[in-house]
Amino acid sequence: MIWLNLFLTFAQIGLFTFGGGYAMVPLIRDAALAAGWLSERELVDLIAVSESTPGPLAVNAATFVGARVGGLPGAVCATLGVVLPSFLVILLAAKFIARFRESRALKGCMTGVRPAVVGLIGAALLSVAAAVFFPDGLSLATCRTPAFLLSAGIFVLSAAAAFKKAHPLLVIGISAALGVAGGYALGL
Amino acid sequence: MRDRRRLIAQLFLSFVKIGAFTFGGGYAMIPLIQREAVEKRGWLDAEEMPDLVALAESTPGPIAINAATFIGYRTAGLPGAACATLGVVLPSFLIILLLSKLLLTFADLRPVRYAFAGVRAGVLALILRALWIMFRQVPKKWFSCLVMAAAFVLTALLKLPAVPVIAGCALAGLVYSLIAARRQKR
Repeated sequence: MIWLNLFLTFAQIGLFTFGGGYAMVPLIRDAALAAGWLSERELVDLIAVSESTPGPLAVNAATFVGARVGGLPGAVCATLGVVLPSFLVILLAAKFIARFRESRALKGCMTGVRPAVVGLIGAALLSVAAAVFFPDGLSLATCRTPAFLLSAGIFVLSAAAAFKKAHPLLVIGISAALGVAGGYALGL
Repeated sequence: MRDRRRLIAQLFLSFVKIGAFTFGGGYAMIPLIQREAVEKRGWLDAEEMPDLVALAESTPGPIAINAATFIGYRTAGLPGAACATLGVVLPSFLIILLLSKLLLTFADLRPVRYAFAGVRAGVLALILRALWIMFRQVPKKWFSCLVMAAAFVLTALLKLPAVPVIAGCALAGLVYSLIAARRQKR
């Protein structure tokens, strides 16, 4: 049952992800939180693992969640689920590429979907950030803890590096090193 | 027949290589696909590359999967599509499978815990940058801004799930572009 559930959930995620990469974060968040597969912080860990291993983010995320929840068969079902919708749609589109390219209806839908995805990722980022910085709920007291200050410092540094076009792997490597150094130094 | 088998095996191998050597997926994969499928193997003309990217962007699913399926199908039909797609997926699948076992074993170690605490903050920064890039690409017209704001409010404040919001925004885009096209005709 869990395997069918994984397959169907990830098929839905695959079907509603447009643009790839981070576009699927809000969808995975919805599904994994609703089913109790991951917590909000584990979701961020999942993105970190997916970013620091080769291959499409979506496939990495599906395999990870599937393996976590249902072992090897779970990983197969989730990965198959996330791949299948694209596979079938592209087979159709490759046959009718000319009509596909001219389709006004498709272009119309995409004028709505593109900005929507940006809004959705913004909302997901906000809630994930709240869970990372304020694990015990929003409060001013948390802002004075060493753990919060360390996270905030790493975030500011990483953002500066990311906006200077540092490679994602470099950003992840630096933030991991700072996390280890800071954790021991502050005795967290 | 033997040539075809060889072609399909080559598709599989090329996409294993593409899957194993790109980090971050999506757009990071396009240069590698270009080098392998266009320049080295000639499976796709250089002029077809923008078409492929546009197609991958406007169809659901990861860009890497879309590209693998498309090139595989164009080159060797359904078996080609299946093998190319399997190839691009396989490296991630195996690596993550191994890693998820390792992580469960070592998750409670102090340095691993510290590293993940740091990485969480770093990943937030990466999402923020991706969001900024996507935000800049959205045309700053009233309709796009309205849809963007509506999608944000509906999910962040009203806690609606993402799937119906995406479907609703697609419908809104369709209606909007039909009305705009009609106005232009008059």
